[in-house]
Amino acid sequence: MKAVTRNVLAEFDYTVPTIERGYTNQTLYVNVGNGEIKAKPVTEEMKLKFTGGKGFDLWLLWHAVKDTTRWHDPENEIVISTGPCGGITQYPGSGKSLVTTISPTTDIVTDCNTGGHFGPYLKFAGWDAIELQGIAERDVVVVVDAIRGKVTIEEMPEAPKDTHLLGAWLTEVLAEKPEDRYYIATVTSGQAAEHSLLGVLNFSLFDRKRNDLRYKQAARGGPGTVFRHKRILALVVRSRPFDGKTNNPADLARLARVGADMQREVAKWDPVQNRMRNRGTPYLVGIMSDYDLLPVHNHKFGGHPKAHAINGAYWESRFTQDLPDGCWYGCTVACAHAVDGFELKTGPYKGQKVIVDGPEYETAAGVGTNCGIFDGDAILEINFYCDTYGIDTISYGATVAFLMECYEAGILDKEKTEGLELRFGNAEASLELLHRIAAGTPFGKIAGMGVHKLKAYLIEHYGADAQFVHDIGMENKGMEYSMYIAKESLAQQGGYALTNKGPQHDEAWLIFMDQVNNQIPTFEDKAEALHYFPLFRTWFGLCGFCKLPWNDVVDPKNALSDEPHKIPHHVQNYVDIFSAVTGREITKEDIIHMSERVYNFQRVFNIRLGKGLREHDMPPYRALGPVTEEEYLSRQERYDKQLREWLGLDPSTMTLQEKMAAHRKYRYERYEMLMDAVYERRGWTRNGVPTLEKLQELGIDYPEVVEVVKKHL
Amino acid sequence: MKVLTYNPELCTGARECEKVCAQTWFKVPDREHSSIRIFEQEGKFRAEFCIQCGECIKVCPTNALYYDKQGIVRVKKDLCVGCMSCVGFCPYGVMYYEPQQTLAFKCISCGQCVKACPSGALKIIEVETVSTDLWQGKVGF
Repeated sequence: MKAVTRNVLAEFDYTVPTIERGYTNQTLYVNVGNGEIKAKPVTEEMKLKFTGGKGFDLWLLWHAVKDTTRWHDPENEIVISTGPCGGITQYPGSGKSLVTTISPTTDIVTDCNTGGHFGPYLKFAGWDAIELQGIAERDVVVVVDAIRGKVTIEEMPEAPKDTHLLGAWLTEVLAEKPEDRYYIATVTSGQAAEHSLLGVLNFSLFDRKRNDLRYKQAARGGPGTVFRHKRILALVVRSRPFDGKTNNPADLARLARVGADMQREVAKWDPVQNRMRNRGTPYLVGIMSDYDLLPVHNHKFGGHPKAHAINGAYWESRFTQDLPDGCWYGCTVACAHAVDGFELKTGPYKGQKVIVDGPEYETAAGVGTNCGIFDGDAILEINFYCDTYGIDTISYGATVAFLMECYEAGILDKEKTEGLELRFGNAEASLELLHRIAAGTPFGKIAGMGVHKLKAYLIEHYGADAQFVHDIGMENKGMEYSMYIAKESLAQQGGYALTNKGPQHDEAWLIFMDQVNNQIPTFEDKAEALHYFPLFRTWFGLCGFCKLPWNDVVDPKNALSDEPHKIPHHVQNYVDIFSAVTGREITKEDIIHMSERVYNFQRVFNIRLGKGLREHDMPPYRALGPVTEEEYLSRQERYDKQLREWLGLDPSTMTLQEKMAAHRKYRYERYEMLMDAVYERRGWTRNGVPTLEKLQELGIDYPEVVEVVKKHL
Repeated sequence: MKVLTYNPELCTGARECEKVCAQTWFKVPDREHSSIRIFEQEGKFRAEFCIQCGECIKVCPTNALYYDKQGIVRVKKDLCVGCMSCVGFCPYGVMYYEPQQTLAFKCISCGQCVKACPSGALKIIEVETVSTDLWQGKVGF
C-alpha cells in the first residue's frame, strides 16, 4: 500500500449483502457535490420491468433529472450497472458494464457498453448500480470498499490525471497485498475530457498473466466529459475474491452444462473462423475493404488498396499471442488483445514503453483508414493517447476526418488550425491535434467539440457552405457515426439513424445480412430486422452480456437451423443462462419483451429531453449516398446502373449533377419510406412517438411517461 | 512427467478406479466426480484421463493451473473461478468440472486407482513426452 494524502470528505458504512440470484437488491447513490451517500432498494417492479444493467441505469437516471437538464447540470448523473448475469464466470462474455448519462454532444441520453472488471466487482461489493450526481468543488475520488464496508468521497491531491498512470497509482494506494490488485477496478478518464465533449471512461481490468493493468472503454456520447465536469477524477471499487457461485445462481448445474458446451464450441471453431483469440476485432479491416464497407476519407469511399497492410494477419503479428485476453473471467472469445512494450514517439510520455489496448476494428478504421492513415504504429500511438487522455477513438477519428475534408475543401487553413496541416493521411498532424486537445489549446478546444458543434462553428466563423458541411458531417442526433459505410445498405442506414442514442452499430449491424447476403430484400423485411435486432441486441445490455460470443463464433451446424441469422442455439444458451442465474424461467420471446420495455422507455426519455422524433432520425446525405462528384465517379458504374434499374432513367442523357440530384432525391425518399415501415412495426406514430397502446402493452405507461408522449399524440 | 498409463487389454471394466477416485477427491463414489473415465464398446473397454500435456495452462485467466515439481498439472483451488476455459480447451476432453463448487478437476497421478484396480491395468510411470498412447497400453506395459 502506498501512503499518500487522502482527505475524506464524506463516508458511508455498510454491510455487504449476499447476492441473491444475480441481484444485491440495492443501488448506491453518491452525490459528489453535497456529500450525500445512501443505499436505495431495488424493487421487484424494477427487476421485472427493467431487468438490470442499462434498464436500471435508465430508470434511475429518469428519476434523477428534469425535462430541462443538460449534461453539465449538477442533477445529471452517470449511472453504471452490470445486470443479473454480470459477473458469472461460466459463459464467455459475462462481465459487461453499462453506463448512461445525458450526453454533451447529443443532449439526450447516451448509453455505453464496456468490458473491464468494474461492474461485476461493484455488484460483488454489494451494489446493483451506482449513481454519481452533483458537481464537486475540487477533484475527488469515489471509493467503494467492500473489505472495509465503506463508501468514501476523498480528495487525493497527488493523483495523476491520465488513465495509464492513474489506474496504476490508485491500485498501488489501495492494495494491501499484491493479490488485492486482482480485485480492484477503476473508472478513470484523462486530460482531454476536460477540454473536449468527446470524453471517454476507461474501465480497468487487472491482467494476471501480464501482471499489469489494461483498459476497456465506455466510449460513445462523452461520459468522460460529464465525469470530469463533475470533478470526479476516479471511481474505484475494492472487492474480494469471487468465483462462479458469487452471484448465487439458482441452478449451477444448468449453467455449467451450457458453459461447457460453449467453451468447447469456441475452442473448436474460433481457430478456423474469425480467429478472435489471435486477432480480435481488427480481423474486419481487410474484409470490410473488400466489400466496399470500410470508411476511407470521412466515409467518402468504402475501400483502399492499403487496407490490407493493416488487416487481421498484420494485427495478429503485432498482438502478443497465447494469453487469455478476455475482458472478464471466462471469456474465451478473448478479443481484448494488446501490443506490449510499444514505445511512444510523441507527446508527454514519449519514450515510455506501454501496453496499447487494441486497436479494435472501430479504432483502426476511425483514427486510421477513415483519416487516410494506414500505418500500424501511428494507429497504435493515437489509440494509446486517446485512451490515456480520455477521448473516444470513434468520435475522435470521425471528427479529425471531418476536419481533414474541410481543410482539403479550403474551409480551414493553417492559420485557422494552429499550423496543423490536417490533410488525409497526415498522421503526425492528427497526433499533434490530440496532444493539443489534451492541453486545451484554442484550436484543440474547437476541434474537441465534435462534428455536430463544429459544423455550426465553421458555418458561423469561416463562412463554410452550410449544405456541404451538413452533408459531409457524419453525425446524427449529435453523435458521430461509427465505422461502416451504409450508403448501399438501406437497412444499415436505418440501423444507424433509427437508434436511440445515435449512430453506433450496437443496436443493429445489418450490413452483411442486407448488402452482401440480400436476406432482407423488402421494406417489410428490413422493418422486421430493424424491430427485432435492436431489441435482441439491447437485451445483452440488460443482463451484463457481451454480444460477440453470440455471433462471432458459430458452429457450422447453425446453417441447418430454421433461422440461422438469429443463431438459435446461442439464443437458447442465453435463455438457459438467464433462467439458471435468476431462477426466473424465460423464453426466447421474453427476451424481446424485456428489451422492448427498456427500448421504448429510452425513446420516450429522448422525447422528454427534446429529441426522439422523426426529424431527429434523419441522416446526413453522406450516410445515404454520394455527396461529391469524386464519390459518384469512384463508383460510376454502380450508380449509373442504379439510375437505370431503380428509376428507369438513362444516365447517358444526364449530366453528372443531374445524376447526383436524382440519386439524392430517390435515396431520401426511400429512407423516409423505411422510417414509415419501421415506426409502424415498432408501434410508433408516423412521427416516431410510441403510442399509448404500445406503452400500455409494455406496462410502462407510468403517468410521467404518458405525460411526455401525450404532447405528441 | 509423472503420469498414469492404462492397458485396455488388461481392463475388465470393474470401474473400481472411477469409484476410488471420486471417493478420494469428492467423498462420493459417482463416476461424474472421477478423473478417470472408463468407456465400454462391444465388450471392449477404454479409458480417458489427463496425460499432463499442459495445454490448459495458458488458457486459464487466473493462473490457477501450473506444473508442479513432478511434472503434474495441478489446479489451485483457491484461484480457480470456475470459468471452464480449461474444460473447453482441453484437447482430450479430460478436464472435468464440479458445478456446485465451480471447480475444475483432473487426474493428478495420485495412484489411488492403481491400487484399486483388480487386474493391474493401471500404472504410474515417469515419461519425458506424453500422448494418448498412454491410454492404449503402449507405454509402460
